[in-house]
Amino acid sequence: MQDNLNKTQTTNDSQSTLIDVINVQKSFKKGERQELLVLQDVHFRMQEGEIVAILGKSGSGKSTLLRIIAGLVAPTDGDVFYRGQAVSGPVRGTSMVFQNFALLPWLTVLQNVELGLEALGIAREERRERALKAIDTIGLDGFESAFPKELSGGMRQRVGFARALVVDPDVLLMDEPFSALDVLTADNLKSDLLDLWQNKKTGIHGILFVTHNIEEAVLLADRIIIFNSNPGSIRAELKVNLPHPRSELDPRFRNQVDRVYTLMTTVPRSAVGGDESPRIDLGYRLPEASIAEVTGLLETLNTPENNGKMDLPDVADTLMLDIDELFPLTELLEILHFAQVSKGDISITETGKAFVEADILERKKIFSSALKKYVPLARYIYDQLVRHPRHRALEESFLSLLEDYLTEKEADRVLQTVIGWGRYAELFAYDYNAGVLSLENPN
Amino acid sequence: MVSLRNTFMTIYRGRLYPNYWDMIALCLALGVITLLAWNARQMAVPYQLGQAISIHLEPSYLPGYALRTVLRMLIALTVSLLFTFTFATWAAKSRRAARIIIPIIDILQSVPILGFLSITVVGFIELFPNSLLGPECAAIFAIFTSQAWNMALGFYQTVKSVPSELIDAADMFHLSAWQRFWRIDVPFSMPGLLWNMMMSMSAGWFFVVASEAISVSNQQILLPGIGSYIATAIATANVQAIWYAIITMLIVILLYDQILFRPLIAWADKFKSEQVGQEVEAHSWLVDMLHRTRLLRSLGLQLAILFDAFVNMSWLRSKPVSRTAALHSRRYEKAIAWIWNAAVLAVLISAVIFIANVLYRLVPLSAIKEVFVLGLVTALRVFVLIVLCSLFWVPIGVWIGLRTKVAEVVQPIAQFLAAFPANLFYPLFVVVIIKYHLNVEIWVTPLMILGTQWYVLFNVIAGASVIPKDLLQVADNLGVSRWLRWRRLILPGIFPYYITGAITAVGGAWNASIVAEVVSWGDKKLVATGLGAYISEYTAAGDFIHIALGIGMMCVFVLVLNRLIWRPLYVLAETRYQLI
Repeated sequence: MQDNLNKTQTTNDSQSTLIDVINVQKSFKKGERQELLVLQDVHFRMQEGEIVAILGKSGSGKSTLLRIIAGLVAPTDGDVFYRGQAVSGPVRGTSMVFQNFALLPWLTVLQNVELGLEALGIAREERRERALKAIDTIGLDGFESAFPKELSGGMRQRVGFARALVVDPDVLLMDEPFSALDVLTADNLKSDLLDLWQNKKTGIHGILFVTHNIEEAVLLADRIIIFNSNPGSIRAELKVNLPHPRSELDPRFRNQVDRVYTLMTTVPRSAVGGDESPRIDLGYRLPEASIAEVTGLLETLNTPENNGKMDLPDVADTLMLDIDELFPLTELLEILHFAQVSKGDISITETGKAFVEADILERKKIFSSALKKYVPLARYIYDQLVRHPRHRALEESFLSLLEDYLTEKEADRVLQTVIGWGRYAELFAYDYNAGVLSLENPN
Repeated sequence: MVSLRNTFMTIYRGRLYPNYWDMIALCLALGVITLLAWNARQMAVPYQLGQAISIHLEPSYLPGYALRTVLRMLIALTVSLLFTFTFATWAAKSRRAARIIIPIIDILQSVPILGFLSITVVGFIELFPNSLLGPECAAIFAIFTSQAWNMALGFYQTVKSVPSELIDAADMFHLSAWQRFWRIDVPFSMPGLLWNMMMSMSAGWFFVVASEAISVSNQQILLPGIGSYIATAIATANVQAIWYAIITMLIVILLYDQILFRPLIAWADKFKSEQVGQEVEAHSWLVDMLHRTRLLRSLGLQLAILFDAFVNMSWLRSKPVSRTAALHSRRYEKAIAWIWNAAVLAVLISAVIFIANVLYRLVPLSAIKEVFVLGLVTALRVFVLIVLCSLFWVPIGVWIGLRTKVAEVVQPIAQFLAAFPANLFYPLFVVVIIKYHLNVEIWVTPLMILGTQWYVLFNVIAGASVIPKDLLQVADNLGVSRWLRWRRLILPGIFPYYITGAITAVGGAWNASIVAEVVSWGDKKLVATGLGAYISEYTAAGDFIHIALGIGMMCVFVLVLNRLIWRPLYVLAETRYQLI
């Protein structure tokens, strides 16, 4: 139904539609025949005058989506339209701010800002004039001749903004623009950006940004698009109607943050089964969670004042974790049946309680049995080792198995993660130099 | 020093096992060598060199000769730079090109440099008959081959490692390929490229000296320069002249370093994105002086404007991409790929047939066997040398490296010695060997590593000086001393650096064998058994097929030893013994 709606609208009000993303898919080639799906059925549109946030965990493909919209990466399937024109390469009219600034270290601030104008073939004098104006607007006066390495992170990102603004873009794209900055600097830059936006000091008609920070999304965006992982797809959409400036202390703000957490942790309709816990297969992208952190989280949950249950935003606040750090932990807890997450709350299970109250050796036992029971990859490795006459196996064989499901890098990461867990559980031992896994206590 | 290792590292990283592209490249390279040799054989011998130039041994001629030598070096460097910018960039931008260019360069690296000289000189002479321009070109070409491969591989690797965010930014802001090259690729690679150039120059001095005076087809060719001066001094057994030459070279290299490279490296500091670790910022009195002079500063500004115009030339500006063009190019893509593969295959097959044909018709099997045995002899020499050299220099290097004050003094000297063309000292050794009737087979051997042993020393010093102080203190604290301390801390700590040094030293030793296994003094000539002597003797005799056979064999030897021994060691150093 939504499809039809979109089609009719595309022709009608292309005037006010900035970006139209229609059924975009992206997969990467894996070996000869296999394909790895990173984006599936992504479908949304952005209107003039909107700030839209794409919110998701790391590795959910949200940055890839932003690059597809920018025309830096071609989608495998589907189309992107910018003001009714199909996007087939970097679009003139959009510009981007990068996570790690992407400044050229050998150019001064002024030269960096001039870069985009140079590419447009604008004469030297005009270039200089416009660059100086942009530097002025973004509050970098006095640093024109500095090199990026002389500047702090916040100042560097200001250069990134000035460079993006100087070409007078219609749409500003931002890829995690504040995540490399400390909290105070980021807040400062965010409010300056909102100032520019609201006072219409620039010709920007829309801002689209990618983030993994829930508060940041609620603070800036008019609309939040929540992303699923594996493969990346849109999970939910949320309008934020709070007036600017928004305050994190405002109960309405907290309320919105809670709603986002709830949306992010509610099992999506398609995956509803009898069991609440996620069911995973051999090639599942196991979360990168360390045992120490997971134990710490369980201990916090199990304190008398929390009594085994907490609000996720509170967990994030108490332990000072952002969602990229928090969600892997909760995911592992869920996989192991140590805790349950639903509707923005996390609660400890009986096993989880038993685990956290046990001593070190007992903990290892509980962990080990949970690992064998609920993590197919760990069980598979264990079985292989038991079966092998000398109880040994090459790391590579598991790696190539995982590479059927994951990228090379991810496969390696997942294997290292499960090896870490297996070592803790004393399920198996690992020789780094030889790349050999073996049974801890071969009988 | 850290950056030195980094540049070198990039060349060795990654390709541990030979793949089939390596085999293709090997066939092509050997094919070209055989073709050149075969071609040289066809040419009318003897040839006319025009008027022979006599070299004067009076010291007053030396500055002039030195200038000619330096000029040759600069020309070769410029050509190498052009080669690097074109071929390395092409390889970095096109996967198809990279698959063939990179293995070829990799294999050319293991072809003995003086071998290039032996087989190209006749071709160049033919190109410019009756003038010295031919040998001149051949010498420059030999120096070029000692620099270009290294520089091109390094540049290729750095261009490939430009952070993806910078590439995205360049796309996003619509930089044209031309602007991208000058604004991103070149500056990003600059520090590495300069270090590589400096290292290549060090090797270059050796070959410039060796290539100025060569005997080919029973004719001695002398190009005015320090190398010919030395050769003449050797021919007339004039020890005093040898010392003059050594002193002149010393001054030349010192000036070169201070006036050209120190300033360039200090300037290149601004291209580094971050200051890494405890690396000291490079300084140059010349750059400091230039910075403070108003006249030169305004000149710098003018240059900047000029460069700006150069980068932004309007006809190389990017044009908005049209969708239809993109579609068209995709359709052609398949056809181009097909044609390319067919062409590579055709060239490959003809190379194989050609080599086989030449081998079959002109080289008896016994000759191949003989050359192989000679190769083993030279390989044994190289092996013994690197062992002895390590036993000697590693303890000394560690001792120096652990003492910051001493290292500061010794390190530049070691680097300087590495740059000094060791072949200038050969006659002094030869005089001693002749005087005391020493065994030629044994005592000629040290000459091979005379120049390159310093790479072991200064790499070990660098390695020892970056062993973290707290690790040393922990060792002291736990009472770990003597051999245990060496085994557990120091040797693993310097291992990556040592390997880097040893690889360079061994490469240099193979190259030097061509001039070190045959040495002379006055009318006395000392010949050791070995592949180097084989190539050198046949070069003098002008037997090009045997030259090609010798060169090909040396190339295969170096390649196989590299792949079987050095690369695995290097990868081990990279993965296991990396301190930072």
